[in-house]
Amino acid sequence: MILLFVSLFSFSVNSNAKSITLGWAAWDPANALQELTKEFTAETGIDVNFEFVPWPNFADRMLNELNNKGKTFDLLIGDSQWIGAGAVYGHYVKLNDFFDKEGISMNDFSPATVYAYSTWPKGSENYYALPAMGDALAWAYRKDWFDRPELNSEFKKKHGYDLGVPANWNQLHDMCSFFQGREIDGQKRYGAAINTERGSEGITMGVTAAMYAWGMEYENPNKPYDMEGFFNSPQAVEAVEFYRKLYEDCAPPGHSDAYMVANLDAYKSGQVAFQMNWYAFWPGVSKEDSDGRVSGFFANPKQNVAAATLGGQGISVVKYSDKQDLALEYIKWFARPDVQQKWWDLGGYSCHNDVLNSPSFPTSTVYAQGFLDSMGIVKDFWQEPTFVELMLPMQEAIHDYVVNGKGTAKGALDKIIEEWVEVFEADGKL
Amino acid sequence: MSVKKKFKGLSDKAVAWLFIGPSVFLLLAINIYPLIYAIRMSFTNFYANKIGREPQFVGLKNYIKVLNKEAIWEKMQVTANFMFWTLLLQAVIGLGLALLLNRKFKGNELLTTLIVLPMMLSPAVVGVFWTYLYNPQVGLFNYVINFFHDFGSFDMIGSSVLAPWSIVIVDTWMWTPFTMLICLAGLRSVPNYLYEAAEVDRASKWQQFIYITLPSVLPFLLLALLFRGIENFKMFDMVVELTSGGPGSATELASINLKREAFEKWKTGYSSAFAVILFVTIFGFGNVYVKVMNKIKER
Repeated sequence: MILLFVSLFSFSVNSNAKSITLGWAAWDPANALQELTKEFTAETGIDVNFEFVPWPNFADRMLNELNNKGKTFDLLIGDSQWIGAGAVYGHYVKLNDFFDKEGISMNDFSPATVYAYSTWPKGSENYYALPAMGDALAWAYRKDWFDRPELNSEFKKKHGYDLGVPANWNQLHDMCSFFQGREIDGQKRYGAAINTERGSEGITMGVTAAMYAWGMEYENPNKPYDMEGFFNSPQAVEAVEFYRKLYEDCAPPGHSDAYMVANLDAYKSGQVAFQMNWYAFWPGVSKEDSDGRVSGFFANPKQNVAAATLGGQGISVVKYSDKQDLALEYIKWFARPDVQQKWWDLGGYSCHNDVLNSPSFPTSTVYAQGFLDSMGIVKDFWQEPTFVELMLPMQEAIHDYVVNGKGTAKGALDKIIEEWVEVFEADGKL
Repeated sequence: MSVKKKFKGLSDKAVAWLFIGPSVFLLLAINIYPLIYAIRMSFTNFYANKIGREPQFVGLKNYIKVLNKEAIWEKMQVTANFMFWTLLLQAVIGLGLALLLNRKFKGNELLTTLIVLPMMLSPAVVGVFWTYLYNPQVGLFNYVINFFHDFGSFDMIGSSVLAPWSIVIVDTWMWTPFTMLICLAGLRSVPNYLYEAAEVDRASKWQQFIYITLPSVLPFLLLALLFRGIENFKMFDMVVELTSGGPGSATELASINLKREAFEKWKTGYSSAFAVILFVTIFGFGNVYVKVMNKIKER
């Protein structure tokens, strides 16, 4: 009995001294990371505990934790937009000295991901995260339906070109509306499961996929925070109007508050021909389609320009952690090229050049080339410390216009600018 | 015996304080102190997430901003609509069910148990499963409505016209049993001899209802509506799970907006002012309502 008590006690001391906690969103890549991390524990003896929070609550939970200077997490894989707040409010440890000491070079990682996930201010060489999970918004489609000759000939007769990967958003609309309400194998099908979620960031991530492709800029490149005529430019207005048309003409009934999981469910259950989603979900979709017959994948279509909405995250050390040394050890291990290769193999999206530039990479999976294409054209939402304050009015105004059908696209964008000006003024930026 | 010894020598007042002390302490710590703190914050430009930035006194600026913001009035209007329709429906249906269950018939107890089941569920769970019931493709709600009349496919939570009704329906479904139970308690307290006397005086059933039943049950009904009114004024979880305040802001109640301002945008000063305004509103309405209720009781 005494022995048991002693051994239990020594175990708890041990596990406390040599364990860290990593926080991330609860989704497929998190399971892959958990699997990968077993090797870290085997090599170093450091246990890694994971806390994965469902996406709808992810930002609330993590940002509350950081704002309260909580010590729950030693490592955090936080969204790209958080980097500004992480740096400015001192939540994240600045990693430059550590990278220099350990010989970790940011030149070894894809420039777009370093810019998006690691730096603040943008374009500087102040690093607050290591690119951990590259991601962008992309599309999956029912290749098996596209391959049916009778459907293809009917489509070609109507539109004059073959069913296939759409070259632009107009073609995407043609194809989505072609499938809307169509009966295939005795079941009614619909066009596309697109992002319409109201609560967190869903509809913003979806509509910006169109806005970026139409060439929208958030601000005047020569005058920061000057948004009039840029964010509400005629192209941006047209993109928002197009997104509403896509929703009205192609979304399945009841798809009015949908994001990642809802899109995935609509697609997997055979309701829709297309789904908009993050690359992070493609390994799961692809896994259920081992011969590649059912699903095809493609990067966000271009319209006026080639562009895609950025997703993905960097891994940061939390300033309030008492185990920063162990957390840094994890980052050192994770940055190794061999670990990055395993990360990709397990279903994570490595941002390391050795992995991405490998000759076998584009053919390693059916979506790998699309991922490479997307990461070269990504654009992100504001990464300001006030990004949540900037996100919420956009969610409300865009949802009101696209789903609710209220007002005009120009009115919605003007309203968003009005709110953003207020936020930037309160933050001393204007 | 030991308790007796312990309290020996303590005055009645001291013993009373000993008993109520912990409750008073908790009330002060959990309710009064945060209220005073929030009132203080409401006069500052404090942002809880901006670490190291000292809050500055801004006077009544936050209150003026809240009261002048059109969006706030829209949310108040959504809240008022929600409260009006839920209270009206719960009063009418709750009283009706209570009258029904006050009669003796076979299966009365089983039916009562079944009717009160919804209010035993968690509001968040109710919100989630009603999203499935409202689903235009597979939801039972649309199926039932279309069974009686073919309206085709309609999206209860995706339409700005229907979404406000979707939350009213769910709240009514969930909380009508509460109104019913309180009304039932009122009905059972009405002495039988009043009805016997009315029968002797040849009063019709309708007259018995108007002159005996309704006046007797009215204070109970008003009490139930007071509780429901307070609850619905701060309604949050069910609506968030069901509609997230959407589409757009069609179902964004004041409490949901307050949460977004306070814990997503972190506008602590501004949202404290909004919270104080909401508190004063409900406190004011509550007081007036209680006074009216007492007057009705006295009659």
